[in-house]
Amino acid sequence: MKILVTAKRVVDHAVRIRVRPDGTGVDKTNARMSMNPFDRHAVEAAVALKEAGRASEVVVLSIGPKAATDVILTALAMGADRGVLIETDAALETLAIARLLAKVVAEEQPDLVLLGKQAVDDDASHVGQMLAALLDWPQATFASALSVDGAALEVTREVDFGRLTQRLPLPAVVTADLRLNTPRNAALPMVMKARQKPLAVRAAAEFGVDLAPRLIIEKVTPPAERQQGPILQSVDELVARLRADLASIEGMT
Amino acid sequence: MSVLILADHDLGQLSPSTARLVTAAQGLGDLHLLVAGQGASALAAAAHFAGVSKILVAEGPDALPTADSLRAALVALAPGYSHIIAASSSLGRDVIPGLAARLGVMPVTDVVEIVAPNRFVRPIYAGNAFEHLSSSEPLHILTVRTSVFTPAPLGAAVPVETLAPLAPGRVTTLRAERSAGDFPDLTSAAVVVSGGIAFGSVEKFAALGDLATALGGAVGATRAAVDAGYAPNDWQVGQTGKIVAPDLYIGIGVSGALQHLAGMQGAKRIVAINTDPEAPLVKVADYALIGDLVEIVPQLIAAFRKA
Ligand SMILES: Cc1cc2nc3c(=O)[nH]c(=O)nc-3n(C[C@H](O)[C@H](O)[C@H](O)COP(=O)(O)OP(=O)(O)OC[C@H]3O[C@@H](n4cnc5c(N)ncnc54)[C@H](O)[C@@H]3O)c2cc1C
Ligand SMILES: Nc1ncnc2c1ncn2[C@@H]1O[C@H](COP(=O)(O)O)[C@@H](O)[C@H]1O
Repeated sequence: MKILVTAKRVVDHAVRIRVRPDGTGVDKTNARMSMNPFDRHAVEAAVALKEAGRASEVVVLSIGPKAATDVILTALAMGADRGVLIETDAALETLAIARLLAKVVAEEQPDLVLLGKQAVDDDASHVGQMLAALLDWPQATFASALSVDGAALEVTREVDFGRLTQRLPLPAVVTADLRLNTPRNAALPMVMKARQKPLAVRAAAEFGVDLAPRLIIEKVTPPAERQQGPILQSVDELVARLRADLASIEGMT
Repeated sequence: MSVLILADHDLGQLSPSTARLVTAAQGLGDLHLLVAGQGASALAAAAHFAGVSKILVAEGPDALPTADSLRAALVALAPGYSHIIAASSSLGRDVIPGLAARLGVMPVTDVVEIVAPNRFVRPIYAGNAFEHLSSSEPLHILTVRTSVFTPAPLGAAVPVETLAPLAPGRVTTLRAERSAGDFPDLTSAAVVVSGGIAFGSVEKFAALGDLATALGGAVGATRAAVDAGYAPNDWQVGQTGKIVAPDLYIGIGVSGALQHLAGMQGAKRIVAINTDPEAPLVKVADYALIGDLVEIVPQLIAAFRKA
């Protein structure tokens, strides 16, 4: 089985971003960038399948600027076999990303595509589902457990009411949730070795996909600021405040 | 033009977000509600919300329609609609992006405000920024954060049209596990009591359930508390969990990491109980008590438990 896994370079999840005062977007100058956290779980799952003898090759793909080479190197250091960077400086919409991915799938012919369930910058949670639809492959989103059984997958998904365990035939698309596994930190020798692994760089334009955005971002605004209120002195005071709040909630309903 | 609303349900229950979706879609056009999946006809009987002019019913082989079978049905229905709207629930998030890709439309998801039929607001970066988008496409495919909309009331009975059943998907469900607990729906509850890793054990976390019951609320949890096994996954509030917007949110032993704040910033009132006066949740709380939850929680339960 061959696995294609995706990794997006995003503003590190621990960075608290600021909206530019003129409303034109988010200020990312000097922000620390790293691999989308969900994608680290996707890479870990792919590499673990290979280590368990279930997968023969793990190819990691990132779409983004030259600097996205970093997240590919991270995935290679974690154990992926080779990398593909589709280079573009444009901020592509998820539909364009999914269409580029579908082209790569047509070339690479993987049996399984593993993605993160969402990218923590746009918080879209689109690309895996879009890719499955474009390829007409079955999908399992929000995976918290995954096992391969012959030509089928068994996936446990985190859903609104609890958990759903499903079986789907390969080829398939799976998106990783954070409880899928614990991503490894690559040891230094692996980081050194990653630089020797093959990494193909391709221009986004060469795939013949319409990359033009469909949506117009009119402006980006910050959330309403919340003011800190008083620190109460006792449990009795807390009980009194809560009683008042509960009474006003009951008054509304 | 008409608007197609995808009713949200799970394992035989219409979820409270369906009524809120109807409110969100109000004013966009003639509203049709699609109820799809096994038991759809029975669910449709409870879905005559005021403002909906027609209910479409598609029975299906699965209790929960799989993304591929539901997507196929929606693709067939799409012509004739200006908007297709679903909740940004696990059902809506599963099917909507693929539907949009199939139709060559860029979807807009997690919408918190519909400014005009083609102008929407959605959060990005865990709610630390809001994107104001417009689109000139003839079809708008949306998921909506239903917690920010009020539920539409039930109205007079409207015509119900039965469609062809959903085709079976390629995904088979082996097990569906509903988390135990008799609490109100987290995303629509007026009161949410959330706990963090500081509870330290499943047994201690259970006291939070007692407090929630005493307050008539739902229980939420941080990712750390879920990872530790103190709470089921569907209680998680945050960027990767549920989005709640209660009148009253009480965070106990919850630090208020930005990924957690992403899920509850919309609460009308925030209360923090924490040993650390510098915890980020305390900084955004309307009022806070600094102290040990081990002492405070039993006192609160005693104070609010109905005699
Ligand atoms: C991509 C990504 C997505 C994430 N998504 C989510 C999400 O959806 N939801 C979510 O919650 N988190 C999410 N997280 C995790 C998040 O960053 C935090 O790690 C998590 O919210 C912290 O949980 P906590 O508040 O229980 O624990 P901690 O941050 O460890 O805080 C514990 C708090 O308890 C207080 N405390 C300790 N002892 C006591 C006591 N005896 N009495 C009272 N207070 C006490 C401490 O002062 C502290 O404030 C995500 C992280 C990533 C990277
Ligand atoms: N530019 C990109 N490069 C590589 N993978 C991506 C890119 N954008 C999205 N993805 C993948 O798709 C997943 C979902 O992203 P999104 O739909 O944007 O939330 C991410 O976790 C990645 O695995």
